[in-house]
Amino acid sequence: MSTTTMVPGVRKRSLWSRLPVVAQLNQSVGLQRGMLVTGLVLTASFVLTAILAPLISPFGFSQLRDANGAFGAQNPPSASHLLGTTVGGYDVLSRVIWGAQTALMVIIIAVILSIFAGVLLGLVSGYFGGWLDRLFVVVFDAVYAFPSLLLAIVMSIVISGGRSNLIGGVLAAAISITTVFIPQYFRVIRAETVRIKAEAYVESARVLGASNSRIMFRHVLRNATRTLPLIFTLNASEAILTLAGLGFLGFGIEPSAAAEWGYDLNKAVSDVSSGIWWTALFPGVAIVLAVLGMTLVGESLNDLADPRLRGRRSVAKSSGVVAETSVAPGGTLTDESEVPQ
Amino acid sequence: MTTVAARPPAQKAPRRKRTSSGGGIGRYILIRFALIFPTIFILVSMVFWLMRATGDPITAALGGRLGPDQLAERIQAAGYDRPILVQYFEYLGQIFTGNFGTTISTNKPVTDVLLTSGVATAELVLYSLVVAFIIGIPLGLVAAYWRDKTPDAFLRIFAILAYATPVFFSALLLKLVFSVWLKVLPVAGRASTGSELQMQLLPGKTGIYTIDALQTGNPAILLDVVSHAVLPALALGLLTAGVFLRLVRTNVIGTLGADYVDSGRSRGVSEYRLVTKHAYRPALIPIITVIGLQIALLLSGAVLTETVFEWKGLGFQLAQFLTARDFVAVQGIVALLAVIVALSNFVVDIIAAVIDPRVRY
Repeated sequence: MSTTTMVPGVRKRSLWSRLPVVAQLNQSVGLQRGMLVTGLVLTASFVLTAILAPLISPFGFSQLRDANGAFGAQNPPSASHLLGTTVGGYDVLSRVIWGAQTALMVIIIAVILSIFAGVLLGLVSGYFGGWLDRLFVVVFDAVYAFPSLLLAIVMSIVISGGRSNLIGGVLAAAISITTVFIPQYFRVIRAETVRIKAEAYVESARVLGASNSRIMFRHVLRNATRTLPLIFTLNASEAILTLAGLGFLGFGIEPSAAAEWGYDLNKAVSDVSSGIWWTALFPGVAIVLAVLGMTLVGESLNDLADPRLRGRRSVAKSSGVVAETSVAPGGTLTDESEVPQ
Repeated sequence: MTTVAARPPAQKAPRRKRTSSGGGIGRYILIRFALIFPTIFILVSMVFWLMRATGDPITAALGGRLGPDQLAERIQAAGYDRPILVQYFEYLGQIFTGNFGTTISTNKPVTDVLLTSGVATAELVLYSLVVAFIIGIPLGLVAAYWRDKTPDAFLRIFAILAYATPVFFSALLLKLVFSVWLKVLPVAGRASTGSELQMQLLPGKTGIYTIDALQTGNPAILLDVVSHAVLPALALGLLTAGVFLRLVRTNVIGTLGADYVDSGRSRGVSEYRLVTKHAYRPALIPIITVIGLQIALLLSGAVLTETVFEWKGLGFQLAQFLTARDFVAVQGIVALLAVIVALSNFVVDIIAAVIDPRVRY
């Protein structure tokens, strides 16, 4: 990679090596690179499974019988049903594969919605300040402190009355998760906006007569979004956990409308007591792998962004000026990495 | 050596002015206490308006089962036909006096349900915090000391796995292995029926089973209660242990690089002592602050853990009421949890302020 040979004042690095994840991949070494690569592989296989579900799944997610008759309930893994069948008579493998699709849909909708809402609110609140800003901060702090699953439950009752079909269920779950995430995006973007607002280039834009909206979206927003890829990966994994939690408490999507891992685990609780392990194990492992993949990516990005946590040997390799390589300006993203002086 | 030494009272004029106006811990506690109320108010109001957006609770609970006339009668009797603002202020007033309404499905005061099951949840959360501390903090120190070496690699993977595993899945796995296959621990519940009966007869029963079991003075009952608590506490504790591990690791890595640790090492302080005392103590403050945030996570986790183990706490009740579509009870439980979260954050902030004088308004 040509990135390591960069000399100050010479050409900018190529666009490819400045892309968010690629840049960090080049920068990482040893264990950190291993974690990042594992995470990327797991995430990629999750996304591929979700997209290719109709092709690779042996049966439909709500299919109860094929040409040979009904599948039968709670059959152990066998040649015709590699991972066995559930208490409702579904094929476990098919439901696990289709479950990836449901999870991916919910993540995408939830994250897009919360980025839009959270970023917009954070930008407006931080840029204009005043009583509206103070109100937003108090309200979102209160929401942030609240147990996220309970908030999602309340939202899901409001949106769908608790149970619904595929589109309704996915939307309800996504919006419930969005409510949980908005405060996080709001906080980060607001803090960045308040910081950037005081920069000289914002001042000069104002002197030149730029409108508020132009300053906000062109000068402030563009510089405030550097932390977003990171929160995105961490939130995507949390979205899967929240969706599964909702499904586990019976707020998921009806089994005939879509496959949902949390719902399947809920149905597996009584199976476990009688020693039937395959209905619980496989959907659970699917959740763990999906969350693990995205968490590994997010964690690695977070570590690479934090000079104190970056592997020591890679410090020499980390090319470019500080402002270019650090994702989190002025330090860290999470409270947990704060260090007292 | 670890904390900032108290500043001599008279140094320079501006300094003195600052300490006299903003330093007092008492003043901080007062301000912080006053801030609890807006938080509770916002959360409780939010829950009220959101739940009411779905319609009145009577229709939600009994909609399919009663005729329109009977429904209207019940709605009128409960006062749900009045203007919503009137109901809202009545609800706020009731919460202020500790009255959370009457459940529709079981017709009991919500406060009673909250008291009996709240104690059970508190017990579970406490147990799991103990598990989290015992596992998370020493492992975090190990990971920080052997940073980027093999132990660190394994422990980081463990921490991420602990986070990535949904608490109900780890609960199910623990149950499968220890209760069903190995048959060494009970499958579900807080105690077996026999012990529960004996504890019910106690004159001074607290509802906290560990204390009640101690009161009976019967070691068999205590063993029974503790063995029921092991798996739920482990499932919920592992989730938090991962968070603690990462937290301790990050912060101790920061303090291990500090000059006073090097100076300690040059004075011949043992490596063990350097890690467990010199580097660990100052890293405690951010950890305590984050425990406040963990309480919300623990309560979410408790809802799921209790469902798996039929642990009759708030979460178990919540799941039951959700299935019965009894939204008065749901609203009560959620409002109570909001109060608990606000109060525990208050306590944590005060502890952090007492430890570190810099954390004050």
